[in-house]
Amino acid sequence: MNYVIIGNSTAAVGCIEGIRSVDQAGKITVISKEPHHVYSRPLISYLLYGKTTRQRMKYRPDTFYEDNRVTPLLGVTVTGVDYENKKVLLDNGDGVAFDKLLFATGSSPFVPPMAGLEEVENQFSFMKLDDAAALQKVIDQESRVLIVGAGLIGLKCAEGICSKVKQITVVDLAPRILPSILDEAGSEIVQKHIEEQGVKFILSDSVAQFTKNSALLKSGEKLEFDALVVAVGVRPETKLAADIGCKVNKGIVSDIHCATNLDGVYAAGDCSESYDITSGQYRVLALLPNAYMQGEAAGINMAGGEKVYDKAIPMNAIGFFGLHIITAGSYDGEAYVVRTEQTYKKLVSKDNLLKGFILIGDVARAGIYTSLIRERTPLDTVDYELIKEKPQLMAFTASERAVKLGGAKE
Amino acid sequence: MKRIYVNEKWCLGCHLCEYNCAFANSGSDDMVKALKDIHINPRIRIEENQGISFAVSCRHCTEPLCVKSCITGALSVDNGVIEVDKDKCVGCYTCVMICPYGAIMPGNDGSVIQKCELCTNNSFGEPACVRGCPNKAIVFEER
Repeated sequence: MNYVIIGNSTAAVGCIEGIRSVDQAGKITVISKEPHHVYSRPLISYLLYGKTTRQRMKYRPDTFYEDNRVTPLLGVTVTGVDYENKKVLLDNGDGVAFDKLLFATGSSPFVPPMAGLEEVENQFSFMKLDDAAALQKVIDQESRVLIVGAGLIGLKCAEGICSKVKQITVVDLAPRILPSILDEAGSEIVQKHIEEQGVKFILSDSVAQFTKNSALLKSGEKLEFDALVVAVGVRPETKLAADIGCKVNKGIVSDIHCATNLDGVYAAGDCSESYDITSGQYRVLALLPNAYMQGEAAGINMAGGEKVYDKAIPMNAIGFFGLHIITAGSYDGEAYVVRTEQTYKKLVSKDNLLKGFILIGDVARAGIYTSLIRERTPLDTVDYELIKEKPQLMAFTASERAVKLGGAKE
Repeated sequence: MKRIYVNEKWCLGCHLCEYNCAFANSGSDDMVKALKDIHINPRIRIEENQGISFAVSCRHCTEPLCVKSCITGALSVDNGVIEVDKDKCVGCYTCVMICPYGAIMPGNDGSVIQKCELCTNNSFGEPACVRGCPNKAIVFEER
């Protein structure tokens, strides 16, 4: 059996480990444009911050490919897939035969058309190791950095470089920061905290015109900068899959076995869509845990095993300058909110289920809440009043606890 | 594999398991020196409410969501024991977000996580919480 994986990040590792849990003999080839050993993409901000190193940010040990008998083709670009003849075509002219194929192609930065952008020499995206390394090269203690985009990527970048530069300004068209994971109250708390570290926000505004080292905003304000980071959003890499007839909406469409509509072809990670059980919709859930679990399910199924991935939910654990945030699910339903000086908690329930939550400041044992969402636990089977107060196993029945902690069979 | 199991009917709520855990992972061989005047941060935690109490620590799941979700690769499984590589951890708390038992928590300096490793990585070699439990409310058994 020939397994070919296009991509070399989290979903690819999940797939390799999934395949090897079933099939020790098949040949696995991993192909990636990036020339690096598999590393954790979200750690690039921690690398700039100084909390990790290029060695420690490797997602798996140096011997990973060897241990799993994987042939890595790194620094090689896939130019197309010949589905008829079951072959992946490479830019070096070679072809790699496959019986089972995984698209783990991830996503790319979305850079909207902005007037004069081509004049900016020092402009960067912030997704890959090479992006971080390139940014690091041009910044110093005198640098003024403009970040366009107040989402997860833009703000992690701000945290990563904050102590290395003179000034950071973040501009976003939206009226508040992190709108994809926080509500208005949460955005306000986190924004205040980040501002206290010296980062300046200009919201509900956008760049009308760039020159080499300046940006003229729609509001008329003019900003001078030495380096520009564009972190407006990402787009799933779907072209290779679409070209051979894979169904694509926003991401590559795959079922709970992570299989596409084409026989023998699978998709996992940021390039694909998952069924979000909290909103009841297929969505691109560009999250690292999701990528691993999709990849693993794909790998097991590719190797002839049986694994479904049917518990996908949006969820994020993220921190900025020591302030921790954990969020999960969706926020449509009845809200329970507790706000103190230091913390914010919002639990959202609907139809006897916990649908989502936001925790800021105090995130202890948040996984108990996440589990209620993932397992779709009917709230009338737990002591919801108790668990609202704080996440605790006490809120479950004694017989449920005997299963969870006492080794009793379900 | 041997795991820690809890029988809440026998738990006295004495919190000795928490103290033994903190001592076992302190690196010190003197319990008084290790724990005196210290706010302990044990990897096993007692929950109590209205006369019911029980200890919660890592279940060492066979399908560990924390390992699958770890963004750095710091969490891994070694012979069934889920371990954390503190050099790789950056303290993102994705594992705190996903553990259904609430059994992973920030370590002492708050920058990386800690969890029960069944005392396999300290000088005790077998769970100190179990050894010190006066009423056998926590046991270490193959089931």
